[in-house]
Amino acid sequence: MSEPQMTQAPKAAGENAERRLNMIDAINDAMDIMLERDPDVIVMGEDVGYFGGVFRATAGLQEKHGKTRVFDTPISECGIIGVAVGMGAYGLRPVPEIQFADYIYPGLDQLVSEAARLRYRSATEFIAPMTVRSPFGGGIFGGQTHSQSPEAMFTHVSGLKTVIPATPYDAKGLLIAAIEDNDPVIFFEPKRIYNGPFSGYYDKPVEPWKKHKDSVVPEGYYRIPLGKARHVAQGEALTVLAYGTMVHVAEAVCANKGIDADILDLRTLVPLDIEAIEASVEKTGRCLIVHEATRTSGFGAELSALVTERCFYHLEAPVERVTGFDTPYPHSLEWAYFPGPVRIGEAIDKIMSE
Amino acid sequence: MAGDSEVASGGSNKPALALHVPEPKYRPGDTADFSHIDIGEAGALSRPDEASAPADMSDFAYSLVRVLGEDNQAHGAWDPKLDADTLRTMLGNMALVRAFDERMFRGQRQGKTSFYMKCSGEEATSVAAGMALASDDMVFPSYRQQGILISRGYPLVDMINQIYSNKADKLKGRQLPIMYSARDYNFFSISGNLATQLPQAVGWSMASAIKGDTRIAATWVGEGSTAEGDFHSACTFATVYNAPVILNVVNNQWAISSFSGFAGSERTTFAARALGYGMAGLRVDGNDALAVFAAQQWAANRARSNGGPTLIEYFTYRAEGHSTSDDPSGYRSAQEQDEWPLGDPITRLKDHLIAIGEWDEDRQAAMDQDCADRVKAATKEAEKNGILGHGLHHPFRTMFEDVFEELPWHLKEQAEQATREREIKWPDEHPKDGAGK
Repeated sequence: MSEPQMTQAPKAAGENAERRLNMIDAINDAMDIMLERDPDVIVMGEDVGYFGGVFRATAGLQEKHGKTRVFDTPISECGIIGVAVGMGAYGLRPVPEIQFADYIYPGLDQLVSEAARLRYRSATEFIAPMTVRSPFGGGIFGGQTHSQSPEAMFTHVSGLKTVIPATPYDAKGLLIAAIEDNDPVIFFEPKRIYNGPFSGYYDKPVEPWKKHKDSVVPEGYYRIPLGKARHVAQGEALTVLAYGTMVHVAEAVCANKGIDADILDLRTLVPLDIEAIEASVEKTGRCLIVHEATRTSGFGAELSALVTERCFYHLEAPVERVTGFDTPYPHSLEWAYFPGPVRIGEAIDKIMSE
Repeated sequence: MAGDSEVASGGSNKPALALHVPEPKYRPGDTADFSHIDIGEAGALSRPDEASAPADMSDFAYSLVRVLGEDNQAHGAWDPKLDADTLRTMLGNMALVRAFDERMFRGQRQGKTSFYMKCSGEEATSVAAGMALASDDMVFPSYRQQGILISRGYPLVDMINQIYSNKADKLKGRQLPIMYSARDYNFFSISGNLATQLPQAVGWSMASAIKGDTRIAATWVGEGSTAEGDFHSACTFATVYNAPVILNVVNNQWAISSFSGFAGSERTTFAARALGYGMAGLRVDGNDALAVFAAQQWAANRARSNGGPTLIEYFTYRAEGHSTSDDPSGYRSAQEQDEWPLGDPITRLKDHLIAIGEWDEDRQAAMDQDCADRVKAATKEAEKNGILGHGLHHPFRTMFEDVFEELPWHLKEQAEQATREREIKWPDEHPKDGAGK
């Protein structure tokens, strides 16, 4: 039985132990460190070079590491992923950015048919050790082309790993682990929480990361292993499975309702920390799954099936899913769409009443 | 459907719009006549400097580089002036490819494997082009470039093991026959999805340039799949980064049953696609091994000296079906192959060697016999490792290996299930060692 890692303020050496970063700066720090450590790492994507990325995730990296290590690309996701496959075959470790997850589809064939299967089809002669970074999720009034959460499309593909951080500390450690991983990794960054954790109460002021315990990001290299969930809160009444932005929303709702919830931030969807999930559900007997993506065939369906198959005799209530609706992400009705406190609260009430 | 058009145009006097659906000139039963194709004269074209600006050599995208003339002599500035030994090696490689194709096609018909693809009539586009590259240049082939592997000396028996998906298949029986991978021979894993290898080749060559390496990349694609977005992404990246890469388009006129018009050949040439990107474009007689070699060498020199990428269209003809699953008599004139104005690449190189006094029919017959014998011996050797569907496959557990570098829990569980199923489905096989008989 694996013990999910507790998040704690990391004790780094020296006076920088309390350095606090937002998620963007933590991601930038991870790439900076890997560019420094490994001459085979390159960073590329639309607007990532001189300008430093539309979300500033690569700011300063080209100036520091040079134009052949960090550079802009044509607006061609097919090309970006395709050349990354070839670079991986050469021996590089590319970190392509797809500017929004909504733009990833032109690169899908190169990801699904090529990167994901190269190790298998060539019997390890060639691999595609790339980390595809991409901001995903809604909550920034991005409309239907800047808000999607397509993670389930990638978890469905054998050969791809899917990683989603929820804190600055995790973002850095997981991104370093992803870059060092020899398999292709889809690294979705919840852009709603780039600058601060989001409680889901959209009409309340945004809290900056510096007030959050997990914004302490030590300098230098560290990694968080892929496939290990994070225990956000220990509780007895209810298991909450979430990732990305929804970790914070679910945490806030449980706190407001006074629910003694056992909250797991999955961090990695494939490979999934099934032991942590089983241990939690066996303890609480109730399970709520929260994601922002559309409901039908979403990753919540997989989680629900796994919990039902493996923990059925521990369950005291049906597994509940809280998700986005099965519509495109609407612009003006964003907060009607978003699976916020009302939807989560209703689901919790239902589970707890059983 | 004039009535519909009148309705659709709403009774106005604007002309009704008409959709053009391309149609090949000849269908089954038609008499093929290719006299409308302007093939030019061997030796007629100049050879531009490898550093030429693409705009200054745009004519080469519309004409045809040819070296071997009707008189079987090499002509003009594109003659690569290869010595007789090299020419004989080239001829021998092409003959071996053809002998290999014949035997593997027959093997599929005999039920030894599921699938095969010949490259008959197109041997020069892989053999001669491959020989113009350095052995450590990286090639990203399509599915019809077995000529490169054979030219690089890859063992025939390993090719056949892959085709049979047997227990000695280096790809563990995972890939459709002929989707080879040979890292030690700088031959990239063949996908089976079309044109995906183009941006990958560009990316490999970009990596080589990032590292200050000296090796270049070359890739092959059929004319039909130049319609894929990957082709255009590759052209864009290749020119944007001035990548040391050669993009070879094998225009064999047919994409399964769709003639090249469905990839745009009614409007322009495939070499001319280069011009819009500011890339050097060459259009070459693909059945002329000397012209193919010369063009690939030109592009390789250009790439090696940081002159940038080249798009080469090899104008050739797919003399046989797309694959063992295809019967071209259902969609094209059987006469086309005989009427093809650029002949057969093996015959033309053989006739050239004879014309320059370096070869004769007896030696050709002996060489053909030797090729057939070598293929036969390799086939017998490979059959000891099994043929498809006869039990001599890789162990079951290998199905789950290499999806990831490490086996995650869900694949471990599924591997255990597969093992349980095996003991029920095939109880006579060894139950514990995980291997089939």
